[in-house]
Amino acid sequence: MLTVFLQFLFSGLTVGAVYALVGMGFNIIYNATSIINLAQGEFVVIGGLMMWFFTSSVKLPFVLSVLLTILTAGLIAFLMERLTIRPIQKTDLLLMIMITISVSIVLRGLLMFKFGKDPYGYPPFTEGEPISIFGAIIQQQALWVIGVTAVSIVLLYIFFNKTLIGKAMKACAVDPVAARLVGINVSQMVMLSFILSGVVGAIGGIAITPISLMEYDKGPMLAVKGFCAAILGGLGRGRGAIVGGFTIGVLESMTAGYLHSGLKDAVALIILLLVLFYKPAGIFGSSAIARLRKF
Amino acid sequence: MTADTMLVLKNVDVHYGKIHAIKRLSLHVNRGEIVALIGGNGAGKTTLLSAISGLLRVTSGEIKYNNIMINNLPAEEIVKKGISHVPERGLVFKPLTVEDNLLLGAYHLYSFANRNEYKKDLLQVYKMFPVLEERRKQLAGTLSGGEQQMLAIARALMAKPKLLLLDEPSMGLAPLIVKEILAYIKRLRDNHGLTVLLVEQNARSALQIADKGYVLETGRVLLQGSAEDLLANRDVQRAYLGRDLDT
Ligand SMILES: Nc1ncnc2c1ncn2[C@@H]1O[C@H](COP(=O)(O)OP(=O)(O)O)[C@@H](O)[C@H]1O
Ligand SMILES: [Mg+2]
Repeated sequence: MLTVFLQFLFSGLTVGAVYALVGMGFNIIYNATSIINLAQGEFVVIGGLMMWFFTSSVKLPFVLSVLLTILTAGLIAFLMERLTIRPIQKTDLLLMIMITISVSIVLRGLLMFKFGKDPYGYPPFTEGEPISIFGAIIQQQALWVIGVTAVSIVLLYIFFNKTLIGKAMKACAVDPVAARLVGINVSQMVMLSFILSGVVGAIGGIAITPISLMEYDKGPMLAVKGFCAAILGGLGRGRGAIVGGFTIGVLESMTAGYLHSGLKDAVALIILLLVLFYKPAGIFGSSAIARLRKF
Repeated sequence: MTADTMLVLKNVDVHYGKIHAIKRLSLHVNRGEIVALIGGNGAGKTTLLSAISGLLRVTSGEIKYNNIMINNLPAEEIVKKGISHVPERGLVFKPLTVEDNLLLGAYHLYSFANRNEYKKDLLQVYKMFPVLEERRKQLAGTLSGGEQQMLAIARALMAKPKLLLLDEPSMGLAPLIVKEILAYIKRLRDNHGLTVLLVEQNARSALQIADKGYVLETGRVLLQGSAEDLLANRDVQRAYLGRDLDT
């Protein structure tokens, strides 16, 4: 009994970690611009596939591959912002969001062109026996996923709360006019938010691929799950996406385990609908802020 | 133009689309002066300050600061030249702490190398506004209206401006607090050598601390003169002084 439960719990926490990263990616951009970047999931895919490319195809050393993958994702995010978001700044947000959908379609096309439709994987970060806790088996890579997520969370927390540039980014989100008046280059901050969130997504992809494999069209589903995580926790709230991501991951895994695996993907959407009906501000959001939201 | 002229606007026009908000407006501000810009709602006062601070582009005319044209610089560059704009209602960063608001005020000055100087500036601002030091860890949104206005001014001071543009610092505040804020503004000029362009609907209190004033109506300068002359002027009295609260 307990063993099975723990098994479901751990596998839920592992996928939940990736949802949390995607959700945080949503929040970073949303906070700086009020845009929902629906190409968020593609950056997880880019992370997994580019990591495969560098480490298994080009056969570069592990650390170098990680750095190059992050660099690639950052560069793509940068190009996305400069080529599609920046030229049409100041127009309406709905248009911007539709543009992010187009970008996600284009990115998926390019990924399919380069990698085809096959799933890709590479060996776990560390070789070794799985760990057993009360009979439940945890792969070492699952610990890596959770560990990498935890470190990313801490780093993002430090960035936004302890560094001046992180605070400046927050300030842009709060009031772009006042931010410009103290000398913050708002357009640069928007660019930075895209890069940051692209990198966060790619990190998730790098970590999860040895467990779940990666293929070119996983992006939209990841985006949906990450979006649900962000909404569940309260759009724009850092810890919200974390709690939301792990909650959705665990509920999914429990549903698949105890009910039916076919219901798994419905869980996130049902949660999304329930939240939007009964507590649109999310767990940590205040309803006053939700009312002020543009979306 | 004398050597002491700091800011000159010559035949400035500003449009919002088809709305002609500022019409061939000229004015000048000398170093060390407090200049009041008076006018009713919709006269164009905010528009004018926004054009000077680079938030809005002028459609024609020129703005010169220390004899350099600044009309084409974006806001984030103009603040680096020494012009700080405290916008209407202050616009403090409400979800950030008081201290973070102040640190962001010096955003463009900060580098790791001069971080100690940065701390010194912060202490100096705290000395000027002790209430902000008491509340340094509090979120700016939890301050009272008057305290938020002080924070907005203090945040602007962190950028070490030479010229301060103040947009209705008394808006929505009780008369006693208005007096206090205006006293601060006067002290900034007297003790710290700041030059101030002060926008007010509260004409009397503004003119009481100002050296000279301009009266704006529908985007044009209607009257200009020394503060005493304007205070004594019948038209000004009838149009702008009658409804003052602190008579
Ligand atoms: N963002 C805007 N878009 C269009 N018109 C504006 C805008 N802001 C101000 N105006 C118009 O410009 C004129 C001057 O406004 P403003 O500078 O705000 O006046 P004041 O600050 O003196 O009350 C008004 O007629 C106002 O309606
Ligand atoms: Mg105004």
